[in-house]
Amino acid sequence: MEPGTHALVVEHLGKRFGDRVACEDVSFEVGYGEVFGFLGPNGAGKTTTVRTLGTLISPSSGSAIVAGIPLTAANGAAIRERISIMPESPGLYQRLTVAENLRCFAGLYGLDDVPGRIKRALGSVNLWERVDDVCGSLSKGLRQRVALARALLNDPAVLFLDEPTSGLDPVAAHDVHELIVSLRERGVTIFLTTHRLAEAERLCHRVAILSRTLRLVGTPDELRARLFSQALEIQLRAPLSEPDATFARLPAVDGWEASGSGRYALAVSDTRAAAPAVARALVGAGADILSLSESRHSLEDVYLELINEDVEALRR
Amino acid sequence: MKFSFTRVRAIGIKEVTDYRRNRFVMLFTMTLLPLIFITAPSIQLLTAPTAIAGAKLDARIGISLLYLLLIPAIVPSTLAAHSVVGEREQGTLEPILITPIRREEFLVGKALAVLLPTLVVSFAIFGIFLGVAALFAHPGIRTAIFAGSHIPVQLLFTPLLASWSIWVGIAISARSSDVRVAQQLSVLANLPPIAIVALISFNVISTSSILALGLAAVLLALDGLGWRAVAAMFDRERLITGTRS
Repeated sequence: MEPGTHALVVEHLGKRFGDRVACEDVSFEVGYGEVFGFLGPNGAGKTTTVRTLGTLISPSSGSAIVAGIPLTAANGAAIRERISIMPESPGLYQRLTVAENLRCFAGLYGLDDVPGRIKRALGSVNLWERVDDVCGSLSKGLRQRVALARALLNDPAVLFLDEPTSGLDPVAAHDVHELIVSLRERGVTIFLTTHRLAEAERLCHRVAILSRTLRLVGTPDELRARLFSQALEIQLRAPLSEPDATFARLPAVDGWEASGSGRYALAVSDTRAAAPAVARALVGAGADILSLSESRHSLEDVYLELINEDVEALRR
Repeated sequence: MKFSFTRVRAIGIKEVTDYRRNRFVMLFTMTLLPLIFITAPSIQLLTAPTAIAGAKLDARIGISLLYLLLIPAIVPSTLAAHSVVGEREQGTLEPILITPIRREEFLVGKALAVLLPTLVVSFAIFGIFLGVAALFAHPGIRTAIFAGSHIPVQLLFTPLLASWSIWVGIAISARSSDVRVAQQLSVLANLPPIAIVALISFNVISTSSILALGLAAVLLALDGLGWRAVAAMFDRERLITGTRS
């Protein structure tokens, strides 16, 4: 393990609460500047993993290096100094203003240039004009933004966002997405736990799928490739008269099936190599091509495939 | 990592600002409650017969001052009982515990934020009581109050009782899962020291300088131990997850 090259190095991490296993054998690495998505159903152990890495709870097994510091009880304060966690609930003091809330946390981090930091943090979440508003008067979306500004105060080496769009309406969730994109562009390392798969697909460089134990880690494309074979989808004006003869001649095509009038799905090993050959063969066979595209499974398909496997295994 | 007064100050300022904007704390806990406790001793003082002297006079003054000692015992208990479980209930504890703050800093910040307003209110009420005595009490009673050991005893026991009350309140708060239960238990836990002071006031235990200093020393030791004990009880994992680490 090279502590300097990764923002997070997690090896076989596990946490038990009495007899209940919250998560076990969780291993992954997160590079500096990476946005890492942590997906899983309710109770999969996502928040427990975040709290463990944030030194709020101690691991039952395994080890980790957080922001270059080994995860031990003695290093708790040093780790917390270098990271930030935005919990699912913003946890703001409702009777205090936005500035007073942030000033309190700047004091807890022992930061210098507090007014400057507050201004920059609120500027990054587009909330500077609400600096003197009492937090209790803000909407849920705005409170979430204040919580994000609070998490940015100490310029964290790793920013943990635990379900940052949970309970937000689509507009407020979109605002939070935009903020995460801007943080990603600034090179902030983000560990994002979420239920929203489209959110993870859009925002994250890599994702991990957790279902008590870690099921898969990789880029969304890698996960798709691991779970689903590649395919081309074709829509023709009219069905082929001899589809078997047309497709069987193509070495890049592993198999085919008709999925409607003039619709075909071809299993291929490499879509980029197969697509031009398929197009040529179809034109040669006199077909009018309306569309020819790569069949793209969403991250949701990947997620459901894995989670359903777990559900089936539990039923058995 | 060293003990940081910057972090203690951050907690303290946040707490005091929050109290100032909390109408219940300002109107009831910090104003109405102390005013109730000064009414009875003032009446005791002003209705005392002019011929009263000796042990009876001392007893009457003792009872009056007992009421005033209820302020540092009762006023901080409800605030201290709210300090940890209240943060937990409103979802603000986790963001605080995510910062580098040490549990000792958190607890001292919380305790000071309750202690300072309590001392201000207690001594202000005591000052009003002394003012009433100086202006309106019978000269014999006035002399007994100002010449005796009553004022030093009050000055000594007010912070000691308040500190005891605060540590007990925070300890209960750190172990409770409901604010109201914590506040009720906290008031109950303050009864033993009040009972001792009451026994002294009613001359069941005869007072002497040595006894007063002994009691003060015991309270001081309990206050010191209280801080350590509460810090040991403060388990981040249990407070966040409800499960012991």
